[in-house]
Amino acid sequence: MTDLTLFRRETRVWLEANCPPVMRTRMPEEEQVAGGKRASYVRPEQKIWLDRMAEKGWTAPTWPKQYGGGGLSPDEAIVLEEEMQDLGCRAPLRGMGLSMLGPTLLEYGTEEQRRTHIPKIVSGEIRWCQGYSEPGAGSDLASLSTRAVLQGEHFLVNGHKIWTSNAHLSDWIFCLVRTDPTVKKHDGISFLLIDMDDPGVRPNPIKLISGKSVFCETFFDNVRVPAGHLVGHLNKGWTIAKRLLEHERKGIGGIGARNAAKFEVTPEAMAKAYAGEENGRIADPVLRDHIAAYSMDAHAFQLTRRRAAEEAEAGTPPGPLSAMFKYYATELNKRRYEMMLESEGVQALGWEGEGFTDDELRITREWLRSKANTIEGGTSEVQLNIIAKRVLALPD
Amino acid sequence: MPMILSSEAQMVRDTALDFFRERSPVLALRKLRDSNDPDGFSRALWREMAELGWTGFLVPEDHGGSDFGVTGLAQVMEAAGRTLAATPLLSTALLGASLIALGGNEDQKAEHLPPLVAGERLFALALEEGPRHAPAKIAATATVEAGGYRLNGSKRFVLDGHIADVLIVVAQSPNGIALFLVPGDAPGVTRTRTTMVDSRNAALVRLENVHVGKEALLRGGPDLLETVLDRARVALAAEMLGSASEAFERTVQYLKDRKQFGVQIGTFQALKHRAAQMFCEIEVTRSATIAACSALDEGGNEAAALAALAKGKANDTLFLCGNEGVQMHGGIGMTDEHEIGFFMKRARAAQATFGDSTFCKDRYAHLMGY
Repeated sequence: MTDLTLFRRETRVWLEANCPPVMRTRMPEEEQVAGGKRASYVRPEQKIWLDRMAEKGWTAPTWPKQYGGGGLSPDEAIVLEEEMQDLGCRAPLRGMGLSMLGPTLLEYGTEEQRRTHIPKIVSGEIRWCQGYSEPGAGSDLASLSTRAVLQGEHFLVNGHKIWTSNAHLSDWIFCLVRTDPTVKKHDGISFLLIDMDDPGVRPNPIKLISGKSVFCETFFDNVRVPAGHLVGHLNKGWTIAKRLLEHERKGIGGIGARNAAKFEVTPEAMAKAYAGEENGRIADPVLRDHIAAYSMDAHAFQLTRRRAAEEAEAGTPPGPLSAMFKYYATELNKRRYEMMLESEGVQALGWEGEGFTDDELRITREWLRSKANTIEGGTSEVQLNIIAKRVLALPD
Repeated sequence: MPMILSSEAQMVRDTALDFFRERSPVLALRKLRDSNDPDGFSRALWREMAELGWTGFLVPEDHGGSDFGVTGLAQVMEAAGRTLAATPLLSTALLGASLIALGGNEDQKAEHLPPLVAGERLFALALEEGPRHAPAKIAATATVEAGGYRLNGSKRFVLDGHIADVLIVVAQSPNGIALFLVPGDAPGVTRTRTTMVDSRNAALVRLENVHVGKEALLRGGPDLLETVLDRARVALAAEMLGSASEAFERTVQYLKDRKQFGVQIGTFQALKHRAAQMFCEIEVTRSATIAACSALDEGGNEAAALAALAKGKANDTLFLCGNEGVQMHGGIGMTDEHEIGFFMKRARAAQATFGDSTFCKDRYAHLMGY
């Protein structure tokens, strides 16, 4: 038996023994676990599952063991993901600590910063949020104006961030701040870690079109941040910022991301349910045509992901393919929800209460949420600019 | 199901790209068109292609081929698509070879496959009757008569039909759809070459009381036809991927060269974004095509759906790149002197061959169970 086969068997046995049955069902959005001091749990099994996975470091399977990670090889991590998908295991923990800050600290952080922050990301003890965008700096992120002035052992931070996801539920925020306003905009930015409990930090939830408030605006009013919370060098934060965005755009939801895929309702199944079936076909031929067009694009994209993975495994240098992933995946996701709503007809129009199933109400809210996909983390238009510049070498 | 090429397939690809670039640039197609070449392709070039082994990729080794597979032939087709090379690759190396290798008895294989591999015998599938691809709607008849069958019917869009030594005719027999090997010059066969918008070969074929012996019948009927059409769709998708890539790269180069308002037009976001979208569509088409090739070579049960996916995506992508190519070239793109228009014309013809996007979507949905 190869080591990997043995690992697969042991992993399976462990998951079967440790993943509570209710954590092997489709995860509703409100049961996502993001951790942190303000965490609340709908079911006790969420916390049990988190603690057991964190204990093994499997909330961050490939991170080094010395910082609490799982220390798994890429192949072992794939095996773990496959076994979790097979059993339908939910993601034990999600969040920006795992998907964005952790990898960035492993690359750019000091030894002390890694020891301080990474184990608490793995365990879910601390929840992180992202302080990038500002009212005047969206797609043109580098024009940000939140100021941090170094005064002896502290930075004094003043400014206004927006689209800080779940800032009101987070413990710490990683921020881009302007530390030199006299040079070219990209050359005066630094990357700073700030405790949300510091005096002068004030998050304020924003109500969105979906009726939810997952985003905040966050104000900084004379906040004193220890100088040791600077990541990387002073005024060199833009490089780190871009690297972190690459992690964000990979669009990989961390371990357990395939739980959603396993329990997913497909647009074609919904079309059959709502528009009816004739001889096994969706009864409305035009709707069927729209859904086939969407599904073919989604299928071809999924094959492209696989090709990129195989090329990477074969040692081909990362090609231009990755540049298109964020753009294509998010556009597809929006189309997917449009297909589902088109299938549902007026049953997609419920906001709350009587007359609609839970799934119908949920899909409608998710449809609204999906509209942010092509805005957050770099708009589709910015992604197309990146492809035009870096892949096609078109002039500025 | 591998999504990357074997080193052997990569070698074929590199050889083919060089071959067509040097021996058959787009200019070769223009010359065939302008000189009203009676064959519509170069027999000398076809012999060279046979010597390179490409005609034998879908022929078993004991009949002179290499059985290298669809993936290999797709590399050649893609390279041919880059220069819009007019060759009998589809009609003979794919359709002829596949129909006989998969549907022929030992005698038929021994008679036809060695000369096919040698580049000495050309084939044409006489399938379509109506204006749109409909492989199940066959009105041509094969009635049983003494010593064999009598064929009657009218076929159109028979690729390489006017030069084929052997026609493979699809007709309704008493047992349903059947395929027959018919000599191109058999009594009762009338072939009329049609001049097509893409300057490639197609013909009208009339069959009037054409007698063929029992030995003309291929085994397999509609199943054989379906299997081979899936192969043809994937090979065409590869060719179209090559044409789309070439049209796209030429267009991107033009965006860098052409100046208006004192700047390169490639600085305009209105054009940049569309160019980036074309890039994405080409890449997903490439993935679908590779997956379909692998599935066909491995005999996977998702091969048919992947074939519909590959052809459907190739249809849309080449349509996009051909049309955007002309639009982004502006006025010069409307001239016959410039080559970009050849790509747009080929796009329309290739789309209509063995299933346009409507057909492919319907087939994909059907195979996926909705």
